[in-house]
Amino acid sequence: MHTTAGSAEPHTLLSIRGLQKEYVAGNAILKGIDIDIKEQGIIAIIGPSGTGKSTLLRCINRLIDPTKGHILLEQEDLSQARGKQLRMLRRKIGMVFQEYNLVERLTVIENVLTGRLGYMSAWNAWRRNFSQEDINTAFELLEAVGLAEHAKKRADSLSGGQRQRVGIARAVMQNPRVLLADEPTSSLDPKTAVEIMELLERFALEKNMPALVNIHDVNLARRYAKRMIGMSNGVVVYDGPPEGITDDHLKQIYGGESWLV
Amino acid sequence: MARINSQGNHENPFKGNNLVRLGWFLIAAYLVYSFNAMGLEWTRIVEGLGHANALLDRMFPPNFSRWELLLSGLAESLEIAIIASITGIILSLFFGLFSARNLMPNWISIPMRGLIALCRTFHPVIIAILFVKSVGFGALAGILTLVVASIGFIAKLFAEAIEEISLKQVEAVRATGAGFASVILFAVMPQVFARFIGFATYQLDSNLRNSTMVGIVGAGGLGGTLFSAFQRFDYDFVSAILITIIAIIMIGEFLSNIVRRIFS
Repeated sequence: MHTTAGSAEPHTLLSIRGLQKEYVAGNAILKGIDIDIKEQGIIAIIGPSGTGKSTLLRCINRLIDPTKGHILLEQEDLSQARGKQLRMLRRKIGMVFQEYNLVERLTVIENVLTGRLGYMSAWNAWRRNFSQEDINTAFELLEAVGLAEHAKKRADSLSGGQRQRVGIARAVMQNPRVLLADEPTSSLDPKTAVEIMELLERFALEKNMPALVNIHDVNLARRYAKRMIGMSNGVVVYDGPPEGITDDHLKQIYGGESWLV
Repeated sequence: MARINSQGNHENPFKGNNLVRLGWFLIAAYLVYSFNAMGLEWTRIVEGLGHANALLDRMFPPNFSRWELLLSGLAESLEIAIIASITGIILSLFFGLFSARNLMPNWISIPMRGLIALCRTFHPVIIAILFVKSVGFGALAGILTLVVASIGFIAKLFAEAIEEISLKQVEAVRATGAGFASVILFAVMPQVFARFIGFATYQLDSNLRNSTMVGIVGAGGLGGTLFSAFQRFDYDFVSAILITIIAIIMIGEFLSNIVRRIFS
C-alpha cells in the first residue's frame, strides 16, 4: 500500500489522494484531488462542464489513466493496477453513463448480464455460459427497475429513461462496492431524471454502497445527495453536506451569478 | 434595385475552366491515338460478329451427354469455393480485428494492413498461376488462391466495419471488468455481426464465380473442363458448362439472400 500524506484510514472504502490528470502535458485537467469516501448513499459531484468531473470518475475505474496520484479501493491501489488485477478491481465498480452506453443490438436481459463478464472466463463468455444464479439475479434486477416485460426486446427499442434503468441494472449486476454515475440524468426529461436518481439512491442504500454521481442540476443534487463535492478548474472547492452549500460556493464553482435566481 | 457594386457586372459563378477543357481534349486525343495504334477498325468488328454468330450456332443445342465429367468438375469447384470461403472468412475475422486501428496499437495494425494490402495486390489469376507453380496442379492451388483473395477483400471490409463501431458500448463493457476477449465478444461483435454476414456471403458468391475460373490456369475445378472443351472446339459442351455455371451462381445468389435476411 502506498502511504502518501494523510494516508487512508482502515475503514475508508475509496480514497483518492493527490489525483492529477493531464491529457496534454503541462495542461492539467485535475490538479490534485483528495477525496475519502466511507458512507453509503448518493454523493453528488457538481461543477461546470469541462472542469474534470467525468475525468475524475473515469480515472477511478481507469477508463482513463491518471497522470499522478493514487486511488485506493478497499486498500488496493487502482492507479497502479494492470491486467487481471485491474479487471478484478473494475468489477467492484459499477458505472452508469450519460448516454446509457448499452450494447444496442443485444437484448435488454443480455445487456444486464454483461455486468457479469468480469466474473467469467472468455471461454464461458464465448459460449454464453452464464450461471443459473446470474440469470436469475438479472431477471430480478430487471423486475426491480420495472422492466421485466421488456427483457427480450432489443436495447435500442427502449426509451431514454428505460435505457438508463437497464444501465443501472447492468452496473448493479456487477455486485459492486461503489457506483459511479456520469451525468446519468442529463439526457432525460425532469420527471424521468428524478426517477433515475431515486433508483440510484435505492440501490446505493440497499446494497450499502456509495454512489458518486456527476450532475449538472444543483437542485436535484441537493435533494438526493448526502454529501456534495463542488469542483472548479480541476480542484475540489467544496466537500460537505448539501445544506452547507451556499450561493457564494455556487458562485465560486460556476462563476457569475446571473443564473442564481 | 440598388446595386452594391455599381462598377460593371459581376462574374458568372459557373465560369468555364481552361484546365478542365484541356483535360477533356487530352483524353479525346489519347483515345484517337490508341484506336489508331491498335488498328481497331469498324470492318473488323463486323467480321467478328460473323464469327460470333458461327460460334453461337455451334454452341446450340448444348450437349449434356458428358454430364459425369461436368458434374465432377462442378463438385470440385464447389468444394474449392466452400473450403476457401470458410477458411478465408475465419482468417479474415482475425486479420480484420488485428488491423482495426481503434482497437489495436499501431505496431499490430500497420503490419496487418500491409499483409491485407498485399493479398489485394494481385488479381486471382496471377495468384493462381503462382500457386500452381509452387504447389502443383489441382484443387489445392485453387483453394489457396481463393483464400488469399478472400482475405484481401473481406479482412479489409471487416476492419473498416470495426473501425466504425460506437466506442461508448465498448467502454461500458470494459468498465464491468470484462477481459479483452469478452469485450470483443459482447461489445464489438454485436455491432458488426450483421455486416460481417453480408460481407461473408458476398465473398462466398464471389468465390463460387472465381472457383470456375482458377481451373483455366490448372488450379482445379470446372474451369479446367471448360478450357479443354474450348481447345477441342466442343462448343456444344462449352455451352452446357456455361449454363451450369450460370445456374450455380444464381442458386448461390438465392441462398446468400436468404442468409442475409436471417441475420439482418
